[in-house]
Amino acid sequence: MRRSRFSPAGQRTALTYALLGVFLFIAVMPFVGIVLTAFKTTAELANSPFALPKAWRWENFVAAWEGARFAAYFQSSVLVVVPVVVISTILATLSGFAFGMYRFPGDSLLLLIILLGLMVPFEAVIIPLWQIMGDLGLRNTYWALILPQVALSFAFGTFWMRANFKNLPTELVDAAVVDGCTTWDVLWRVLFPLSRPAILSLVVLLFMWTWNEFFLVLVMASGDLRTLPVGLALLRGRYATDVPVMAAASVMVLLPVLVVYIFFQRQFIQGMIAGALKS
Amino acid sequence: MTGGTEAGLKPASSTLGTRLAARLRGGGRPFARPYQAYLFLLPGLAVYVVFVLIPIFGTFRYSFFDWTGFSPPTFIGLANYVELTRDADFWKAIGNNAFFVIFYTLIPILLGLFLTSLMTRGRLRGLVIFRTGLFLPQVMSPVVVGIIWRWLFALDGPINELLRAVGLAAWARPWLGDFTFAPYAVGVVGSWVQYGLCMVLFIAGAQSIDEELYDAARVFGANAWQQFRHVTLPGLRQQILVAFVLTFIAALRVFDLVFVLTRSGGPGKQTLVTSILVYQQTFNRNRAGYGAAIAVVMTLIIVLVSVVVLRLQARDEARDAAITV
Repeated sequence: MRRSRFSPAGQRTALTYALLGVFLFIAVMPFVGIVLTAFKTTAELANSPFALPKAWRWENFVAAWEGARFAAYFQSSVLVVVPVVVISTILATLSGFAFGMYRFPGDSLLLLIILLGLMVPFEAVIIPLWQIMGDLGLRNTYWALILPQVALSFAFGTFWMRANFKNLPTELVDAAVVDGCTTWDVLWRVLFPLSRPAILSLVVLLFMWTWNEFFLVLVMASGDLRTLPVGLALLRGRYATDVPVMAAASVMVLLPVLVVYIFFQRQFIQGMIAGALKS
Repeated sequence: MTGGTEAGLKPASSTLGTRLAARLRGGGRPFARPYQAYLFLLPGLAVYVVFVLIPIFGTFRYSFFDWTGFSPPTFIGLANYVELTRDADFWKAIGNNAFFVIFYTLIPILLGLFLTSLMTRGRLRGLVIFRTGLFLPQVMSPVVVGIIWRWLFALDGPINELLRAVGLAAWARPWLGDFTFAPYAVGVVGSWVQYGLCMVLFIAGAQSIDEELYDAARVFGANAWQQFRHVTLPGLRQQILVAFVLTFIAALRVFDLVFVLTRSGGPGKQTLVTSILVYQQTFNRNRAGYGAAIAVVMTLIIVLVSVVVLRLQARDEARDAAITV
């Protein structure tokens, strides 16, 4: 049973689609524009900013990768993001397990203290952090970028994994304990397989946040230690005024998150919404 | 199963504590040996304490000192805070943050509600595509968003080209360099980033509103607007609160977008915001103590807003629970 195109309801639906289409266009078009620009020459961009590039040229990407040092920034990004995501996920899974499955003296107080980490911006910790990193001799090393992000990700991850463990059926755990499983067995063999969806969402969210992190890296890193967003924002010299090269560099920053987002958009959106509702 | 319950019955002062305690009293936790919990918690907590908790107190402490960041700090009491009250830059930045709340919070919530009202009635096909696309700006690096919009707003950029093409050449201008229009231009980018988030939140909320409420409203002769006003809107109360707190915090925290769009707050101080001021005072002018004082004020506002909204939300939930009972 199809609604007639001319019925009031059909008109309404058509209007809805049209309006949504306009908003979708506004949301997506700037990204499409930057990708197209990345393949154009400067002259081509000036003459026809809205057209498709005449040829799919990769020179701008080469210029950004080699000339503007984006190879180094890319390496930095990977060397920071991978440890942050892996370490935070492990630490948060363990602490989420503790908060979700045990009760112990001070648990609600500790949880409140960790809740603070969900609210504070990096601005609130950056000055002492800079000092601490100097004292530890870690300033201008990857650790100065990794450890603070692990600490803040741990706060979010703890709440995330705690919610996950609390929602798992306790009967399974009880049964496993009766069967004589050790705590570690319960966590690793019983609960971990059930927690995979939650862990996947956590990994995806932490990946995005760490990849896009700007303020901490801006303060803590210089030279080739900079990650992609900071390298891009601080790009100076002849490439900084070359819009197609800037566009190619921007695409390099976007692409990894974009690929992950398209594959895991459900985890992204539900994760950010659920994370917001819970915290 | 309740073996461990007497271990930690604490006075629950907060809603979080109350809820936690209720959970714990109701269902038991499966494990009765609390020392194990500490072992699981310890590694993460250690990192958290060293790199978040101690620095928070450090920032608070430094805000009472005159300190370059290098020399030994000198205690000056509340002098930094007194200076803040007279600092025109600080008030300008706070004012700009407040101005951005219109674009980060108000407009996205209204747009989100409008789009949700369109989409709530009747099943739409391709919802996933719209959702994925509209949420995209929220996921992408703010630095790249800034670079894209700097290009869109440039004097010879697409927006001005478009104006010239339709005969509005007089309107063409370097939007981000214009004293009057720069704050609006930055604000528009903020709205563009946030409205998808609001919309996705509201749609998720609207899907859980009982269809019978709409049927009932129709029986009483409610038109589309009245249905939205009296069914959809109250049903989305929770989601609006969440959208409010998220976007409000984003408006107060905004750093990277402004850093890239107007090269740290220009023209003049027209788009200067608090977080940029913290950065400039601390790392460009070597006034770490003063920067810390600004950071403390900024953090207090954020925490205060979060706590107030969390309270509102908790009260809402309590009321809903009371109604259900």
